[in-house]
Amino acid sequence: MEYSDHHILNYDGTFDGFLTAIFIAYEEKLEHLTIQHSCTTTPQIFSNNQTIITHTSQANRVWKGLLNVTTPQQRAAIFKAFLSEIKGIEDLLFTFIKKLFAKEISPKDFSENTALRVAQIVKMVGREKHRMEAFVRFKLTKDHIYVATIEPDFNVLPLITSHFKDRYADQQWLIYDMKRAYGIFYDKNTTEIIALEDQEILLSNNALFASEELAFQKLWKTYYDGVNISSRKNNKLHLQHLPKRYWKYLTEKNPTL
Amino acid sequence: MSFDRIREKLSILADAAKYDVSCASSGGKRKNSNKGLGNNTGVGICHSYTEDGRCVSLLKILLTNHCIFDCAYCVTRKSNDIKRAAFKVQEVVDLTINFYRRNYIEGLFLSSGIFKNADYTMERLIQVAKKLRLEENYNGYIHLKSIPGASDELMRQAGLYADRLSVNIEIPTKSGLKLLAPDKKHEDFMKPMKKVKHEIIKYQSEKKVLKSTPTYAPAGQSTQMIIGATGESDRDIMYSANFFYKKYQMKRVYYSGYIPVLEDHRLPAIGTAVPIVREHRLYQTDWLMRFYGFSVQEIVNDTYPNLELDIDPKLGWALRHLELFPIDINKADKKMIARVPGIGMQSVYKIIQARKYRRLDWDHLRAMGIALNRAQYFITCYSKQFYSQDLTPLQLKTKIMSNSSSKYHNQFTNQLSLFN
Repeated sequence: MEYSDHHILNYDGTFDGFLTAIFIAYEEKLEHLTIQHSCTTTPQIFSNNQTIITHTSQANRVWKGLLNVTTPQQRAAIFKAFLSEIKGIEDLLFTFIKKLFAKEISPKDFSENTALRVAQIVKMVGREKHRMEAFVRFKLTKDHIYVATIEPDFNVLPLITSHFKDRYADQQWLIYDMKRAYGIFYDKNTTEIIALEDQEILLSNNALFASEELAFQKLWKTYYDGVNISSRKNNKLHLQHLPKRYWKYLTEKNPTL
Repeated sequence: MSFDRIREKLSILADAAKYDVSCASSGGKRKNSNKGLGNNTGVGICHSYTEDGRCVSLLKILLTNHCIFDCAYCVTRKSNDIKRAAFKVQEVVDLTINFYRRNYIEGLFLSSGIFKNADYTMERLIQVAKKLRLEENYNGYIHLKSIPGASDELMRQAGLYADRLSVNIEIPTKSGLKLLAPDKKHEDFMKPMKKVKHEIIKYQSEKKVLKSTPTYAPAGQSTQMIIGATGESDRDIMYSANFFYKKYQMKRVYYSGYIPVLEDHRLPAIGTAVPIVREHRLYQTDWLMRFYGFSVQEIVNDTYPNLELDIDPKLGWALRHLELFPIDINKADKKMIARVPGIGMQSVYKIIQARKYRRLDWDHLRAMGIALNRAQYFITCYSKQFYSQDLTPLQLKTKIMSNSSSKYHNQFTNQLSLFN
């Protein structure tokens, strides 16, 4: 059969799971393969399907191997590109990692195809990370937690945690990714990942928030409207910087204020 | 506090401050080492954007719009009949902290109309900054306006709490200043600028010896000039800008297209279009001076006092110097590659790095994101194909413009849309 040597490795969507898949690929000397998140699996009759069980120890071995052949920037690039969750990212990264192990890519070679594609994706993820650092809008709850909801294009929450931890070191906060159904909570000491049973409560329940919260939202809206210079109106530029898909959680774009 | 009253004040005092274009929140590093509020990594963040596409990074307000001066170009001039308001020091502190904690802003940009006198006003601005730093344990960004004529001692204090200080020169020529702001003296603008410059140098050199020396205005100084209010040429503007960069080590000079807000026979009439394209070309020139190794005289001079509006200044310069081109992208030195129209500094870096590994051809250059629609006429690469036709500068300009679509295109085209 034509595809008999094509393997599909299904992993759990975690970074460790992905690295475990790479470990298996090397150990079993698999040449032609697709690594995919098990929830995206489409049955393919002519391939060998294999479910990867995440082993931290195996993942660590791959990572340790990478330590020897990569710069810190390249390792960060692998992680960031992975968080893009773009279809086929696992295969691109597998190719990238193979080339790194084979020493076929130099750190600053901007004209090699795989490296270029990875760099482009890293840039997209980086942009989304920066956007989230900008567009997070906290609301103060009655029990003194600053809560924000987001829906980023990529899974950037792990990348923005330290930024918010450093910046808001003296306040409790929660940033919740509504699309991926998890959030990061900071209790003035450490951060932890949490998942809420009913995440809609963050949006619907006004009784959750402190009494002066709405007043500050209105002040911010007043300010935002006030700084606009109508004789310079440039809607194209406005939307380029502030695409509509982000408006949902932006206080200044809330029409009810 | 009474939110309704605050809201009214905010609306008046934000409106009055919005013509100050500086929104930079970068450059000032302040680490959150004390478990306080705010951590400034030196990288700016634009938290939102107005409908005119400008970044909203700071809470940019006036402490008051009461003013004893009567500068013709200024919306808060004494003789203008507008609503006046004033914030209390604590009100500004509370607003800043509450906005910052909600991640609305990177910090505060506090300016003010001048009430009573320069020192009295400057003292109030410093009080706000001092309270934020010492009482609120706040490490976010603070930009204070240096009030023209403020004393040296106050300017020294201001820099201890602020990240950036700025004096807006507003009118690029002395004669223009005399005409439009008869109460203000040119020296009054220069005095605080000079003091701040000296303090920055002093603190920096002390810091080298003694690490515990406090930081002084780590994000430096900036200034702003109004464009198109007094008939000044682009050369006048850019020579002034160059002077401020060289003489006062300004971090930034901003250019603000004049927006007619008042009827005054000395100024463009209300309804006159804001010179947005010209402003853009001036910023491009500013970048060429600061990052691309151009001297100001290469771009504007006695022969070419004004920038061309329909093409960018680098292309304009290259068309005047066709004898220097084409250059070989695989051999030319960095400085020369930076002078090629359509190649930005990031691309320069990529080219220099990538050509170590292989000779670059058109596909490589395209993949790096170089604007070949302009660059192709000025370079050769690892390919037998390159542009070899001998064209006059004007012919080449016409060719480039017909092959590219400028976002300002419709402001220049004379053709009827029927034929497009």
